Amino acid sequence: MSAPVHPRSAPTAPGRAIGADLPRVDARAKVTGTATYAFEYPVPHPAYLHPVQATIARGRLTRIDTTAAEALDGVRAVLWHGNAPRLRATDNAELAVLQSDQVFYRGQVVAAVIADTPEAARQAARLVRLDYDQQPHDVDLSPHRGDLYAPKDDHDQGDLEAAMAGAEHALDATYTTPMLHATPIEPHTTTAVWDDSGLTLYESTQGAHFARQELAPLLDLDPQRIQIIAPYVGGGFGSKGPLHAPTVLTVLAARAMFGRPVKLALTRRHMFDQVGYRSPTIQRIRLAANAQGRLSGIGMDATVQTARLAEFIEEATGPTESMYAAPHRHIALRAAELDAAVPGWIRGPGQCPGMFGPEVAMDELAQACGLDPIDLRLRNDPDHDPATGKPFSSRNLAACLREGARRFGWHDRDPAPGTRLVQGWYVGTGVAASRYPVVPPAGPSEATVRHLHDGHYEVHIGAADIGTGAWTVLTQIAADALGAGVQDVQVRIGDTALPEASVAGGSTGTMSWGSTIVAAARAFRDRHGTAPAPGAEASAPLPDNPATEQFAMAAFGAQFAEVHIHADTGEIRVPRLLGAFAAGRIINPRTARSQLIGGMTMGLSMALHEQSIMDPRFGHVVNCDLAEYHIATNADVADIQAHWIDEEDPHVNPLGAKGIGEIGIVGTAAAVANAAHHATGVRVRDLPLTLDHFLG
Amino acid sequence: MMITVTVNGERHSHDVEPRLLLVHFLRDVVGLTGTHWGCDTSNCGACVVWLDDTPVKSCTALAVMADGRTVRTVEGLERDGELDPVQRGFMECHGLQCGFCTPGMMMTSRWLLDRNPDPSEEEIREALSGQLCRCTGYENIVRSVRWAAENPADDSTEASQEVSPS
Amino acid sequence: MIPFDYQRAQTPAAAAAAVAAHPRAAFLGGGTNLVDRMKLGVATPELLVDITHLDLDRIEELPDGTVRIGANVRNSDLAAHPLIRHRYPALSQALLSGASGQLRNTATTGGNLLQRTRCVYFQDTTTPCNKREPGSGCSALEGYTRYHALLGASEHCVATHPSDMAVAMSALDAVVTVQSPHGRRRIPLAELHRLPGDHPEHDTVLDHGDLITAVELPPSAMAARSRYRKVRDRASYAFALVSAAVALDLDGDHISDLRIALGGLAHKPWRALRAEEELRGGPATQEHFRAAAQAELAAARPLKGNAFKTDLARTTLASTLSDLAAPGPRHEEQR
Repeated sequence: MSAPVHPRSAPTAPGRAIGADLPRVDARAKVTGTATYAFEYPVPHPAYLHPVQATIARGRLTRIDTTAAEALDGVRAVLWHGNAPRLRATDNAELAVLQSDQVFYRGQVVAAVIADTPEAARQAARLVRLDYDQQPHDVDLSPHRGDLYAPKDDHDQGDLEAAMAGAEHALDATYTTPMLHATPIEPHTTTAVWDDSGLTLYESTQGAHFARQELAPLLDLDPQRIQIIAPYVGGGFGSKGPLHAPTVLTVLAARAMFGRPVKLALTRRHMFDQVGYRSPTIQRIRLAANAQGRLSGIGMDATVQTARLAEFIEEATGPTESMYAAPHRHIALRAAELDAAVPGWIRGPGQCPGMFGPEVAMDELAQACGLDPIDLRLRNDPDHDPATGKPFSSRNLAACLREGARRFGWHDRDPAPGTRLVQGWYVGTGVAASRYPVVPPAGPSEATVRHLHDGHYEVHIGAADIGTGAWTVLTQIAADALGAGVQDVQVRIGDTALPEASVAGGSTGTMSWGSTIVAAARAFRDRHGTAPAPGAEASAPLPDNPATEQFAMAAFGAQFAEVHIHADTGEIRVPRLLGAFAAGRIINPRTARSQLIGGMTMGLSMALHEQSIMDPRFGHVVNCDLAEYHIATNADVADIQAHWIDEEDPHVNPLGAKGIGEIGIVGTAAAVANAAHHATGVRVRDLPLTLDHFLG
Repeated sequence: MMITVTVNGERHSHDVEPRLLLVHFLRDVVGLTGTHWGCDTSNCGACVVWLDDTPVKSCTALAVMADGRTVRTVEGLERDGELDPVQRGFMECHGLQCGFCTPGMMMTSRWLLDRNPDPSEEEIREALSGQLCRCTGYENIVRSVRWAAENPADDSTEASQEVSPS
Repeated sequence: MIPFDYQRAQTPAAAAAAVAAHPRAAFLGGGTNLVDRMKLGVATPELLVDITHLDLDRIEELPDGTVRIGANVRNSDLAAHPLIRHRYPALSQALLSGASGQLRNTATTGGNLLQRTRCVYFQDTTTPCNKREPGSGCSALEGYTRYHALLGASEHCVATHPSDMAVAMSALDAVVTVQSPHGRRRIPLAELHRLPGDHPEHDTVLDHGDLITAVELPPSAMAARSRYRKVRDRASYAFALVSAAVALDLDGDHISDLRIALGGLAHKPWRALRAEEELRGGPATQEHFRAAAQAELAAARPLKGNAFKTDLARTTLASTLSDLAAPGPRHEEQR
């Protein structure tokens, strides 16, 4: 096991760690440049890998000429489907790298060069000649396609058409969100060593065990012969959750170079076609309401894309199913299978894009009803989950709206749009709701508690810290569970040599790993009492929580934005963004605030900037670097605040904590769009809110 | 081609290919992996180091261009075993999450504070706008730089180590 | 990147001769654009002649008041220089609005002028591009055109020149001095860059081996009342959708003289001669500014995805003119 040990934390009193504003335990390693990300493990005499990508979007490879590439100095091998090691058949075709001559999308890896230097590998990759039998491709997403299919059952209740026809206020509008990329600053990287002892991977992953579980059957290898090490990960945002093709490619190369380490770091361009993306969404929203703004009908027809190579569905209808109640509802998701790269998890999958249309529509309805948009939401705040009929374990949307409004200074807002011109800029404010469900963790977890000596403990769990603060908050949870101070607890994570842990995704990490640690600490005390011998240890798995069957569980929030739009040029600035959240118990206010603000900033970035441009003629994203794919810079962010209300939820898990990794990004874009309308009177229903929407 | 580069005060002479990027020279030849490689096309700023006395993106400089010059990396921020105030600021104010952009952020921050010991929030934001962070929302990065401005190196006051439940 | 040879030049003449002698040689300045293009396979030089050690890094005032800027002066040093900030504020503003601090610390004056378009197809070797591969076709014409040209483009290329600095210099009547293997010559900056026509592979009128050694800014009272306004998709660190460099000489309420150059709209910094002509000698009024902007953009030929830039260019130019002409405190430009 090679998980690092950090300096001991500043002390806390026994039982007082949760809720403490503890600095990150991994901060020193990160500010001194000593934190080892996947590409930074010193391995002897590594070879470097560079992929060769298809330049057509659909067809078949008829010939691969590797002669020129192989002739280059320093090139060790060129892998392609004719000579690559075989993989076991898999349901996830995305991972079947170099196994056939079929091309499913432009950018698909069809060969790879292994060389002594990254420079030689990259140069040689350009020299591999590919001939194709090209077929026409199709990457156009439209709700009018004839071949759309329903990836999940429709939710139908009452008669929405009739409700719309009979409503005093009826809204029927279509909203879109573009293709988006996660763009963690650390590109996906793998260092792979395959030798007599098995396979060792230094991997940028959100779940070492999760990755191993996918790899082992693919390689027909005993999982115990695979070790994946990932103590530090440079951001993931979903894209490092499931395994992607480049990791498998590196493993194949390591197999081919048996005994010699092989390294692959994706370039930023590769990051746009190898590691998933958020599907564009097209959302037709229908709302029917009476004169008082009570909803009688809710409709959402969402269209998303998936890939011919493998299916991934962005469940954009998820939020609408549970957000507001009405007697007449129709909620349907449709998908188109395109000749495009495979979509994947991106922070708040489904929830994040799926809240944009509905929360802008609510703003439009509020205006139509002459109601304050907060008031409209309060009038329609349900007391049972509209999707399942279950009670909520806790639902504090109303408290978030009120607390946020108070802190933001909403009460004296003039509702009229397009009337405040200050020094050449139109000024407006807007609000939207946030929600993120408590979802089951992806995979089992187990933790081990070991007593070192004199009240010092080690806690082992193969969890991942992708920047979220897991190193720190798990230390706090373990300290309280053991009745110790944080200075007495060392947590070790990020390695499959540790007990299995679920993936860091779906905002489940702290909840599931933390609950597992609590269970392990209880097991430890049950077995060893309060005066354990040195070396005493105990393990426990994540306990079942029967309450998940009885209650609907979700975190809620309200986001407020102030937007300025230049009267001449349409330039848009967001000087103020404020979120109020109800996410159960907050383990560490410092890491929590940063997570929430980071999520809101990504939401701001989505609102103003982000958009992957698919060129339908070629079938690939053309703005595929960070000069053209804009994410918010420091100068785009101004006053941004995250607050939370005290929420006690006895049902959600033993910690009373809901996830906070994703709720920050949900609803932000709608709040900004609503504020932009309030500023200018221009209703933008298509993200991002670029200046051209506001010209003229 | 033989080059000599003084990195963090130490001379390193190596025979390199002209096409070797400075970032790869620092990481793979000199062995200082604190400088990260993030985007390949000079956009993200994870690879920022000082070349002579200015922050540059080391993914867009060739190692041979640094021949006869000095480079300072994140590993060269500490002085006599003491963390630079910028490093302490990023720890104290939670100016990092995943930490991947952090070395580059700190190199520019140190340079900014050397020229402008009391920068405004706007000046910090503009100075760091060529460097992207995807985790923190920048808020704490700005606070970290302000912390370093308010706690310069000659100030021996230790940073608060208190931890209180809230 | 293919392997290449690397040399350091000792004199400008030797540098020019070294590049001229090798058909696949290139000058290496700060490298901020060239090295990226080499990584992408867009540029494949076999010899790099490093000119950064040449004695071309001074900013000096000549006896006649001309300010001479050495080709190796870094963008950040140029932006901060008191002569530039006080006499040519538009140039300082343009530089500070370009790229990011770390890139400005590396990028040189000569290199900034000779940076190449960031058209996404030019930078993507898997798509056709006449500028990269003459005769292969223009992918942008029917493609992603947000940052592409409205003015002076051709059916072969609709790329824009990405420099902010060059736009300001064009409005300030800058002159470029060039060392060629055969001697020296001077080229007005407004004539340095070409329109694409049938040969978009040529960005400028320079020949292979021509080395820019300096940029000269003539003395100009008007330049002290100059301004660079850049409109972009982020608050910082983005290329211009539209930019305007304006210098104005007012006589009471009348415009006695002016210079206008526009960025983000053409294959070169676009000197708005039509608008200048409309305004010169006329009243400094909003209506007049708008009419002049309208007249300049009458020739705009927008593409499918960038029609909004015609309006944006008009409003940006008109508002920059009126801000510059306003006697009182100006609109806050950006937040």
